[in-house]
This record gives sequence, structure tokens and C-alpha cells, in this order.
Amino acid sequence: MDQRVDTSLLEPQRVVLPGEAAPETEVAARGVSVHYGAKQALFDVDLDVPKNSVMSLIGPSGCGKSTFLRCINRMNDVIDIARVSGRIELEGKNIYDADLDVVELRARVGMVFQKPNPFPKSIYENIAYGPRIHGITASKADLDALVEDSLRRAGLFDEVKDRLQEPGTGLSGGQQQRLCIARAIATRPDVILMDEPCSALDPIATAIVEELIDELRANYTIMIVTHSMQQAARVSQRTAFFHLGYLVEEGDTNRIFTNPTDPRTQDYITGRTG
Amino acid sequence: MADTATIAAPDSIHTSDAAHRRLKRRYAFETRFKVFGIAAITLAILALVSLLWTVFSNAFGALYQTNLVLPVSLSAERIDPGATNDPSVIRRGDFEGAVKEALRTALPAASGRRERRELYGLVSDGAALDLRELAMANPSVIGSKEPRVLLASDDANLWIKGYLGSIETLPTDGRATPIGTTGSIEIVAEANVFQPLLTVVKESLLKKAAAFERQAMLQQRGVSYFENLLSQLGDDASEQRADYERQITGYKNREASFTEKADAIRKRAEAPGGREAVDSDLSSFLVRINGGVVKVREVSADTVRGDVILPLASEAPVAANAWQLQRITSSEVSRKVSDRQIVWLEELRKSGNVSVDFNTRLFTSSNSRESELAGVWGAAVGSFWTMLVTFCLAFPIGVMAAIYLEEFAPKNAITSFIEVNINNLAAVPSIVFGLLGLAVVIEFFGEDIFNQDLRSTALAGGIVLALMTLPTIIIAARAAIKAVPPSIREAALGVGASKVQAVSHHVLPLAMPGILTGTIIGMAQALGETAPLLMIGMFAFIKDVPTGVMDDATALPVQVYQWSDFPERLFEMKTAAAIVVLLLFLITMNAIAVLLRRRFERKW
Repeated sequence: MDQRVDTSLLEPQRVVLPGEAAPETEVAARGVSVHYGAKQALFDVDLDVPKNSVMSLIGPSGCGKSTFLRCINRMNDVIDIARVSGRIELEGKNIYDADLDVVELRARVGMVFQKPNPFPKSIYENIAYGPRIHGITASKADLDALVEDSLRRAGLFDEVKDRLQEPGTGLSGGQQQRLCIARAIATRPDVILMDEPCSALDPIATAIVEELIDELRANYTIMIVTHSMQQAARVSQRTAFFHLGYLVEEGDTNRIFTNPTDPRTQDYITGRTG
Repeated sequence: MADTATIAAPDSIHTSDAAHRRLKRRYAFETRFKVFGIAAITLAILALVSLLWTVFSNAFGALYQTNLVLPVSLSAERIDPGATNDPSVIRRGDFEGAVKEALRTALPAASGRRERRELYGLVSDGAALDLRELAMANPSVIGSKEPRVLLASDDANLWIKGYLGSIETLPTDGRATPIGTTGSIEIVAEANVFQPLLTVVKESLLKKAAAFERQAMLQQRGVSYFENLLSQLGDDASEQRADYERQITGYKNREASFTEKADAIRKRAEAPGGREAVDSDLSSFLVRINGGVVKVREVSADTVRGDVILPLASEAPVAANAWQLQRITSSEVSRKVSDRQIVWLEELRKSGNVSVDFNTRLFTSSNSRESELAGVWGAAVGSFWTMLVTFCLAFPIGVMAAIYLEEFAPKNAITSFIEVNINNLAAVPSIVFGLLGLAVVIEFFGEDIFNQDLRSTALAGGIVLALMTLPTIIIAARAAIKAVPPSIREAALGVGASKVQAVSHHVLPLAMPGILTGTIIGMAQALGETAPLLMIGMFAFIKDVPTGVMDDATALPVQVYQWSDFPERLFEMKTAAAIVVLLLFLITMNAIAVLLRRRFERKW
């Protein structure tokens, strides 16, 4: 690719230090590039996301971290001018293969968006929608149990158990975001993508959601885009730093924040760029 | 960073006199802006109020209907001589005769053939039809003689409601003596009681004289025209000269004759006293004396000669003010109801045989050439069928087109070409759609597909109006779909919904209020549309209520247009009434649009 040759200095450096054991990989990206029309937004990203852990994607605005996240459940397909190249493997299977069904993929890779976006329906309907369209519950009782379970995992059940038939849009911002998380859980995905899930929330709601993310790690692989380095440090085990469309550095969160190898990472986490 | 010194404000920049002047100018502009706005709104409201006032005040006249309540003998020999009670026999019964008999009984004074005809003209043809319907539905009324409500004719109706003029009573300061009680009689009175009447007649004579004088002047102009031509003529054109001279002689003769007539009339008018005829283009005058009514034909200062309309009881002299001189404010030639009919109607009114009731017929009957029988029901039902077809075609097609264009169509040149053309279609004059309907729907579909001439059917009208409404619905639906935030689509896709599921489960329900509003506005526009329906023959006179989309039908706005073209005064009012009905339909539809919007409005 032309750009790669021209900007060879900016090529991603993947540093694996001794002592960082490589656990089972859930998502593996190989040479992922994204073009929006003529403009290239992501350059040749290679990234492994370990199973049952939280990976945070950090970097300044416009660095391509959200774009990368949206490649993983093929949400970029919705954008007419977006073009994705490279491979992204989910449990060893390339999700951009022609024989892969995008509906099935999105059932396996749930997503939580930046702004809470519950459907303008009841709380119950919000959760039940996904399982219903995938037909993963056999009966009404199953569905009820699944809704309750999802709400419990999102830590929302006790707050809303008496008003499941009330509109989801009537909840507070933090509750709405946890509702969206519960909705994502309800389809029983393997991976949950979170695109700045706390940017529209106050600090208390943020703390609750962060705690929730930590709990969810036990069952799900989570990828979270965040602007807050403190949040990345708090919730994630591994961190990837993006800059100008390149994956600059990826590694154990503690190491990234204490001992980054790339000067650009250093500049970003010390607040000199961004 | 810019150099901060260059953008720092001097201390006085917002407080100096210049700054205050600037501020004042800004406020002045705002005030002017507000005043213009208020003036514009006031003008709009005034226009609306005057429009509504015109329509409603006119429509009011059609809301009430005059009926004559007379005892009608539905004798068995006239209607059902064999006492069969068979509706098909009763249908052929002589109800008209029964009505006529009732009228003759109520007003025995009308005896001659002409008078009888005028008498029967008081009642509408609908009166006998009403009785027939009554007898067919309920044969037990045959043989009864009871007061029945007889629908008055349009002219009688208008007179009773006061649209054709009124009667005013003049002072009668002297004794009057009738000479004769029936036929053509004279009434002699003291103290020049009839002088005001004579004055009126003489004033009209002066006007007539003036008209003749104007005629004479025009002849004079002809004379001078040809004299001018004559003076320009050379010596050798003797033939031409003779012709011109003939012309001049002709004009001069006519001028002399007109002048002579004018002089004679003027002389009569200016001379005191004398006896003059009361022409029918003047107000009519009536004398009520000894229980009878006389229509004045000739008048002098102390005597009138006239025709008896209601016979007098005697020739006894009557004291001053115990008899009446009445003037009908309109002239007989200016109205269709005759003086005689007016006198009869006033008699009936006095005896309590006239009632003015709410006009239910306006809302329950179909079109008719008789203004008193015409109603909007047929047109309203026709409009309903037409709108049903329009909705069933335009709504699904429009919404599906909008969804495809907005959610699924690739963004390329073909799509944008289609979009531009849909937007342009909304601006195509409706008559063009009428032409299309004529050429395609009627010519092509009619015989070939439906095996029937589709001309003037609700189906053809509905198809044409659907074509006209489609762009409106598509544009409104696309706007409503576009207004659904993308976050909802993302949320649906994010949990694994397919594109169609995301649209049908989430986007469409959220866009529905906007789509329905647009649809109802489009339908309201179609409901008021006239031109394309004229093209496809829905202008035809249709007396029956359509029972389906394949029946011949007319529509409310077409009915309005049709009635507005009829000369009868009552049709003018019914036109306004039909407009009110149409407006009510439109208001109802818009109210439904508002309700639906409120009902389905959701926050996200």
C-alpha cells in the first residue's frame, strides 16, 4: 500500500515483552485497513484480544479506535462509503468471509453505543427484542427469565423490577446505558463492544458502569473505546493505543501506562498530545 | 494563537455614544420586523374571516327549508283502488293529484287555468314523491285525510325566507270604496291617497323618457357621422352620395320618432294627475280591503284599477286606515314568484300553514336539477369511495417507495434522478393527472381489464387522485423516516436485527405519525381536488348514491362547482352549504392528523 511505504516511520510496533503470557485469543485482527471513500482511516491494524478480558482502545480523537471497534461487528457495513480490508477472526473464523451471516455475527458480538439508545418501548421489550428476533427462547417463561437475568447482570433489575412495562426512555442516563448493556447481554454474545459507554454519564453512573464491566469480564470478552485514560486503567487488562489511524502500541494496561515503549504513547498518556 | 493586543476591546467600545446608537438601530429594526409580522398575520386573518363569513352566511339560507302543512286526502280510489296494499300499485298512485287537490282546497280563489298552474307551482315536485314514499312504506295512510308536510318550491321557499323582497305597508289616510268584488275592479279613495303611488309611476316614466332621449342622441351621432363623410366626398361619386343621403334620412327619421316618444312620455310624467299603468318592472302594489286583495294595474291620484287576487267580501266603503295599501319591494319581472303566489303564500302563512324547518334533505338526498330537492349525500358518498381507492393505492405504494428510497436504495445517479422527479411530480398541475387518467385509466384499463367503461366511476377518480397524492406521501414519509435518529437503527442492528427488521420493527413505527400526517394532508388535498375529476367525467349529473367504486359517482368539490354554475338562487346557497360540508370534512381529517400525531408521538 502506498501510504505504508510513505509513512514507514509510523508503522505499528507490536511489542511483546517477556512475562506477558498469551492467553486464548477471542478476536484476532490481521492487516485491517478502513477507507472512507478516498480517505484511509485505519492502516493495517494487527491486534489480538484475549478471551474473558477487557481490552481498552485509547487515543486522540479521530485516531480510528471507534472505526476499528465498528469493524468487529461489521457496523461499518451500514456506511455506504466505508470499505474494510484485511481479516478479523472471531474464534478463528474470518468475519468478512462471504459465507458469514452478518446477523449471526451481530448476535455474537453485542454493542453498546456512546449515547444510551434504548428503543422507545418498554424496558421489558428493550431486553426481549434481541432474543425474540433470534428465537433463542422457547417460551414466554424462558424469555421472562432471560430478561430478568440480563437485567440482573447489568445490575439494573432491582431498580426497575416494578416498572418493566414502562418506557425505557424514562430512565436516567446511567440506567439507560445499563439497560443498553443488558440488551446487549440478552442475546448471549461472546464479545461486547463498548464505544465510549460512559461519555454521556455523570461520575457516579460511570463508576457503576465500570464496576459492571469488571463483573462482566468473567463471562464475556469486552472491547471498550474510551477517552478517559483513568477509565482504561481502571477497567482493562490490556490497552491498545491508536494514533492517526495506526495501532501504535498494545500491551498490558499497567505497562502501557507506566512504561510505554513508543514515544507517541508516552506523549499521549502524559498529556502532551491529544 | 492570535496576538491578544489586537483583539482586546478599548474600554469604550460597548459604552460609547456610537455603540448606543448601534444598539438603538438594532432595536428599531427588531420593532419594525415585529410590526410587519403582526400586520401580515392580521391581513391573513381578515382574509380568512371574510371568506368564512361569505361562505357561512350564504350557507345559512340553505340550512332551513320551507314546508306547506296542508290537509291532504290520500283517498283509496286515487292511490290504490283495489286495496291491494301492493307497493308496485301504490307506486303508480296519483299523489300529484292529491297534492293539487289539497292546494285547491286551501286556496279556492285560484280558479283559472293560469292561476291553477301558478298555485301548483307553490309546491315542489318532491312533495308528491314524499307522499308516495310514505304510502309505500306505510299503506295504512291510504284513505286518511291528515295534515301533511309538503315541500315548498324553491321560489316559494325563497319568498318565505325573505330573499326575494318583502312587503311594506303604506299609509292610507282616506276612505276607500271598492267597485266590484271579483275580476278587474276599481277602488276609489279620498284625499289623494294614491298620490305617492302615482309619483312612483311618474318617476319611472321620466326614466323611460330619458332612455328615449338617449336613443335620439345616438341617432344624432349617426347623422353627423354620415354628414362628415358626405363633405369629404368628391363631385364624381354620385352613387356614394345618394347612399349616404339615404342613411342620413334614416337616422333623422328615427331620431324624430324617439324624440317624439320621449316628449310624449315626459309630458305625461310632468303633468299633474292623470291615470297611468303600473308596469311589471316597477314594485308591485296591493290593496287589501274587505278581506280581499287587489293587485294594482292602473293608478290615478284617487283611484286604482286592478285585478282581484283574493275576492272581496263586499263593496262596502272602508274607513281610513282600516284598509291597507301594500308595496312588494321587488318588481314582478325581477323574481320568479308572481304577485299572486306571494299573496297566496302570505295567506297560508297567516293561517299557520307554513313552517320553516331544518333542511335534513340537504344532507340525505342526492343531486337534483330542482334546487329544493338537491342534497350533498350522493357527492359525499362518491367522495368517500374515491378517497378509499386513493388511500388504498397511494398509502402503501407511497410508504414502500419512501422506505426503499430512504433505507435501501444505493446512493447513485439513478436514485437521485428518481428523487428529483418525485419532487417535481408534486408540482405538476392536477389537470395533467386528469389527462393521464383519461388516456390511461379510462382508455386502457376500462374495457380491457375491468370490462366496463370506467368513465366517471369512483375507481377512475381514485386512481387519478392516488397518482396526484403519491408524491406528497412519498416526500412526507421520507422526511419522517429521515427524522428517526440513526441511533435507533444502530441499536437494532447492534442486537442482530436484519435491515428489514430494523426498519419494520423500529424505524417505521417511529416514523408513522409523520407518515400519517403527510398522508392525511395529501388526502385532504385530493378530497378538495376538482380539475382531474372533471377530466374523467365525474362532472356528470348523477342522481343515485354510488354503492361501490365501480358505480358512477361525483365528488363534493365537483358538486360545488356544478351547483355554482346553476342560476337558481337556492343553488347559490346550497353551493355555500356544500362548501361548508367539504370544509367540515377537511377540518375533521386535519383533526385526525393532529390526534394521530399526538397519540403516536414518542420521545427518543
